[in-house]
Amino acid sequence: MLKLGTEDIAKYPFLTEAGNYLKEKGFTLEQFDKDEDLRPIIELAVSRVKTAAEGKIFNSDFNIKTLDIEVFSFLVAVILLKQSNMSTLIKRFSLAEARRAEKFLEKDLADMTNKVNEELAIKIIKDLFAMEIQKTDDYFVIPVPDYLKHSIHFHEQEWKLVNRLVDNGSVFLSAHETVRLIRKELDNFISTKIRSINIPVVPDSFKKHIVDLVTLAKKFTVQFVETTEYPPCIKHAMDVLSKGENLPHSGRFMLATYLLNKGQTIEEIAPLFKNAPDYNERVTLYQLKHLAGNFGSGTKYSCPSCEKLRSENLCFAIPECDNIINPLQFGRKKIPNA
Amino acid sequence: MLEKDSRLLEESFKKFYFEHFDLIHTPKNPEMREFGYQKLNSGMNRHISLKSDKELHLLLMTQIPSDVYCSNARYSFPSLPMAEKDWQDAELIFDIDAKDLNLPCRALHTCKKCTKCGNVFANSDQCNQCNGIKFETTSVLCTECINAAKNEVKKLTTVLTMDLGIKKENITVYFSGNEGFHVYVSNSNYEKLDSRQRADLVDYVMLKGAMPETFGAKYNFAKSQFADIDDRGWLGRVSKQIFGSKSNKSKLSRELISEGYQAFKKRLETVQTEIGVRVDPNVTIDVHRIFRLGGTINSKSGLAKTLCKDPAKFNPGQDACFIDDDKVTVTANCPVEFRLKSKKFGPYHNEQLTMPKYAAVYMISKGCATVT
Repeated sequence: MLKLGTEDIAKYPFLTEAGNYLKEKGFTLEQFDKDEDLRPIIELAVSRVKTAAEGKIFNSDFNIKTLDIEVFSFLVAVILLKQSNMSTLIKRFSLAEARRAEKFLEKDLADMTNKVNEELAIKIIKDLFAMEIQKTDDYFVIPVPDYLKHSIHFHEQEWKLVNRLVDNGSVFLSAHETVRLIRKELDNFISTKIRSINIPVVPDSFKKHIVDLVTLAKKFTVQFVETTEYPPCIKHAMDVLSKGENLPHSGRFMLATYLLNKGQTIEEIAPLFKNAPDYNERVTLYQLKHLAGNFGSGTKYSCPSCEKLRSENLCFAIPECDNIINPLQFGRKKIPNA
Repeated sequence: MLEKDSRLLEESFKKFYFEHFDLIHTPKNPEMREFGYQKLNSGMNRHISLKSDKELHLLLMTQIPSDVYCSNARYSFPSLPMAEKDWQDAELIFDIDAKDLNLPCRALHTCKKCTKCGNVFANSDQCNQCNGIKFETTSVLCTECINAAKNEVKKLTTVLTMDLGIKKENITVYFSGNEGFHVYVSNSNYEKLDSRQRADLVDYVMLKGAMPETFGAKYNFAKSQFADIDDRGWLGRVSKQIFGSKSNKSKLSRELISEGYQAFKKRLETVQTEIGVRVDPNVTIDVHRIFRLGGTINSKSGLAKTLCKDPAKFNPGQDACFIDDDKVTVTANCPVEFRLKSKKFGPYHNEQLTMPKYAAVYMISKGCATVT
């Protein structure tokens, strides 16, 4: 267990210590219906959710008098979100709160004048995300396997291990990079916390706000339109096959899983492989059925990610690919609700 | 494969297994591994559990497999279907195949077998017997290719030990039994990595996806400060490849800057092909694969997958060839030459010959000869 001051709890209100702090202060949810003085906390909680929904980061006020309000507003926001059960809002809130905490963590890590803050930040990262960090000179040093467990959640090339300083089994990062590395997990940690929280009774004074949040969430639903054009990797694979050239196993896997996931049947897909130098109808049908999950463990295989295809030299990206992470997303466009 | 050919191979394999149990061992934690085997002219049997060397040797003698495999992964229940095996961890494996290195000599030791008439030919894209254009390719051992593969093993070992912090004693190199090497990393903290994490690790080893910015390119390219030769990891190696020596750096840096960002990016791509380690990424990424077991025969050649204590000195034609030299008569159609046990064989053009069994087995395995 970490030993935290009120300011630390205000910075990192998602830690278990924050809930304990509420209990220590003797607060109960019922008080929100009775005590008019607590209304500003609810208002602040709603504004915290709304700020997050707009993609902004909630600005904290570290005036000593308002620290309690800060902590409680986070906890109330969590209750409101859980009750509204709107996935979009929970996602946006978790990400915004993760980014808010990220700012503090980074500041604490880089704070040369305050060793306690640095140790606290390192301990939070270690306890929550099982990542060993050591400070060497100006670098934060992380074992390569720990780095990879987090970095693979990023699609930007700069996070690839090859674009990092790696030496003797460790990756060398700045404070900013160290904290950025765990954003996704911090985000997941917060959203899991919201989804798993158990609320026995919700005060009446919360109900109107919950209805408001449900209305707010509807604004953010998105619809998609899709083109019927094939992505360049699939076109390339089809070209290779139609010329009777050899498409490697990984290419055949990509083509088959792509088409199966787009709803084509095994009978529609099988003829594509007829020109392959080693074509065998029986084997092709067997393999397609296997990929479609028709027997064995019943696992239906999904199309490999763009990153995997790049590793396998099967990616032939064009501008229209537009940073998609899986060929199945090619040509899909968002139409936001007006 | 014709029955008379498979009979000769099976007899030879059985004798090899019987005489070389000392070479064939189950890996650490055999009870957690998935084993598999193939017999000639037959499909794969996998999801097999073996608990000891004794059980493995019994399987070799009763089944006389042409190929034996074992998972690098450890499972709680290795003999159950894949989804129920309960994957625990897996050693890191890298596969270096001379075929992927595409050396200019490759055409000289590659032959093609027409899928229409079975004729074996070389140096042409068309069968010289039936004009067919569909064929399977097969290639024979070549010192140049093996030396190039050994060089990749050396490069890989450097990256594994220097960059990834793997102890030398935890790296084991095997000759694959055909034209490459398998490099195993055991007892490391990389064993829990999943498939996606291994994909990024293998890109690192291959220097794939490297950005110009990593090596010092700046948004304002004129202000770029390139990595130094004595920098750690790829930074230093890439810098050495580009600048050659410290004294060249300032002059060549100015040249690079004057050529611009795109040219530097291109240069980096070239450097990747020159100094990135050329491994087959799919092999490292797949954590459910079964690999040829060390010490067993590779039926694509009749040679054995053999432990290389000193890869630099390893001579596959000598050190991995365990079939005896009893005389066998075959009809050979092998348009390329090869060396085994310091003897030169081929080229043969539909000739009936009497030769040592190890060479006959090698050619039959390659589809270039048949028992007379």
